[in-house]
Amino acid sequence: MIAAAASMSALGLGLGYLLGAAARKFHVETPPIVEEIGKILPGTNCGACGFPGCNGLAEAMAEGNAPLTACTPGGRDVALALAEIVTVEAGAEAGPIAEIEPMVAFVFEDHCTGCQKCFKRCPTDAIVGGAKQIHTVVMDACIGCDACIEVCPTEAIVSRVKPKSLKTWYWDKPQPGLAAARAETAA
Amino acid sequence: MRLPSIATLFHPLQSFSIRGGIHPETHKHLTSECEIETMPMPTLIRLPLQQHIGAEAEPIVRRDDLVLKGQLIAKARGPLSANIHAPTSGRVIAVGHFVAPHASGLPVPTITLRPDGEDRWGPHLPRLRPENASPEEIAAQVAAAGIVGMGGATFPSAVKLNLRAKYDLTTLILNGAECEPYLTCDDRLMRERAEEIADGIGIMARALGVKQVFVAIESNKPQAIEAMTRYNRALGYTFKVHVVPTQYPMGSEKHLVKMITGRETPARALTADLGVVVHNIATAHAVHLAVRYGEPLIARTVTVSGHGIRRPANLRVLIGTPVSEIIAHCGGFTEEPDRLLLGGPMMGMPIQNPRVPVVKGTNGILALTAAETPEAKTMPCIRCGRCVQGCPVGLTPFELNARIHAGDLEGAAKVGLMDCLACGCCSYNCPANLPLVQSFQFAKGKLAERQSRKHQQEETKRLAAARKAREEAILEAKKQMMLKRKAEMAAKKKAEEAAAAAEMPPPATATAIQGEATP
Repeated sequence: MIAAAASMSALGLGLGYLLGAAARKFHVETPPIVEEIGKILPGTNCGACGFPGCNGLAEAMAEGNAPLTACTPGGRDVALALAEIVTVEAGAEAGPIAEIEPMVAFVFEDHCTGCQKCFKRCPTDAIVGGAKQIHTVVMDACIGCDACIEVCPTEAIVSRVKPKSLKTWYWDKPQPGLAAARAETAA
Repeated sequence: MRLPSIATLFHPLQSFSIRGGIHPETHKHLTSECEIETMPMPTLIRLPLQQHIGAEAEPIVRRDDLVLKGQLIAKARGPLSANIHAPTSGRVIAVGHFVAPHASGLPVPTITLRPDGEDRWGPHLPRLRPENASPEEIAAQVAAAGIVGMGGATFPSAVKLNLRAKYDLTTLILNGAECEPYLTCDDRLMRERAEEIADGIGIMARALGVKQVFVAIESNKPQAIEAMTRYNRALGYTFKVHVVPTQYPMGSEKHLVKMITGRETPARALTADLGVVVHNIATAHAVHLAVRYGEPLIARTVTVSGHGIRRPANLRVLIGTPVSEIIAHCGGFTEEPDRLLLGGPMMGMPIQNPRVPVVKGTNGILALTAAETPEAKTMPCIRCGRCVQGCPVGLTPFELNARIHAGDLEGAAKVGLMDCLACGCCSYNCPANLPLVQSFQFAKGKLAERQSRKHQQEETKRLAAARKAREEAILEAKKQMMLKRKAEMAAKKKAEEAAAAAEMPPPATATAIQGEATP
């Protein structure tokens, strides 16, 4: 009985040391860049980029397999922040970073059957509604990842530009030369 | 140092003026001699629920309700908001959305009223005798009447009257500067209703508990100065009429305080930090009506001017009157106006749709012809520094502009973008006709948007984390449930076995007995 217990624990200890030593010896560093990228990404794991979650995208981007503009819900600001820390390598062509209007999901209430599929899929809980009730989108919480559009069986959800309100509206950037052109056409 | 003129002999204070500023052509002669006339009843009244800074009011009427004049139809929501009352009796024909009286022309929640033409008053607010009323009662009455700052900023007045609790207030300044060109509504109001305004000032001074009261009027309004000097006493307060130089933007709150008290309000601080509160003249008039007669804020004085208007006038209109009807009342357009503005020409809002209503903060409706809005060719900046000379807050607009056009908004914010008043002096002064103030407006909006997007991103991150935690908790709960069920099943089985074992003994004993018996 004692011999059995002693031999088992000796075996356990020995193997444990072996494992520990192996972990030290064959340790693989997570490149710090992945963590940094992960910090900038929205972290909602919505899947809009086509990679498994924000972490997946961060890894792919660190390896140069994903463009800087892959994160559509993050938009231009995230892309610009990423451009500061990620060096673009061959294979990951960063397209021109254009200003992207923020998109939100919109439910056509006539088509909604209340199946709750979108409700379950939404990564930020931006969809509200009960079983067999019309669902709706809380615009401030929606990140425009389109996950709900894919699962909707009746195609009742569309993605559209986030409507502006008086509080978020602002003047366009004055274009140099526009006023001049206007004056010329008037003349 | 500017050269003293003959005018400074009469008003020596004029030689000490604010920094920067401009002297645009005032065009006030168009309406300065037009008495305030009451506009006839409009065919439709539209009341946006947001006519003030702060939270939107909450409608308390529904479609097809009959309302009386002065009846509360939308209630203030939260501490920074304002009540909205029916300007006349009639039927509510819609509680929906309509184009905002704003440059964007976006739809905003609006109550639409069809007047029945009888103009029947509902119950007034309870009258108050300000001589005996406590400051709190006066502030509550002003809040109930839905009064907001009528100079254009539309900050709820009751909130400003309650500042006494937080700050040590010493001075009340009444803003009758009206430095925007074209506008004469405050000028006419002071000339014609000086006694009522004086009473309103007294009531406000009592609510604030200040020691001294100044009425600031620009030197180009001699009749108004005379009228206010004649009625300079109310409720035991004697006010000093302070003649300020005619210069734009003299009517800016912080500049007026600097001009009168000689103290400068720090950036992003309030004048209340200096113990000074500034209210508009028209607000004082509204306070008088609300406290003495229990009349809520349902009408205001508006200047309708510009060379595009056939008969420029000062009108007393009901809040919610469509701009198109006011223009029709003033004889329509002389020619197709180049620009239709709400407010003054320097800081007013261009509007596309003339059917938008007049709101509590609308002090002017201007139809400017092409001759009044010269469109000149823009040229590159030559760094002449005229914009710097003109800036009343001491910024360097050419630098801000360069940074904004290079996409460096944070850099622009670092050199003072957020202190910009958007008064437009820089653009007015620019010999190259650069759209300076327009760029600043854009940059401020853009920065605010960025801020809100960042905030939203943080919030969605939090939501996603909460969802993940919840899903994990559900999974864990399921696991626990399974374990429990398993344990229960095991216990049940055990119990059954035990029971079976308990039932078993008789045969066992029997066999034992048998066994015993067998040998």
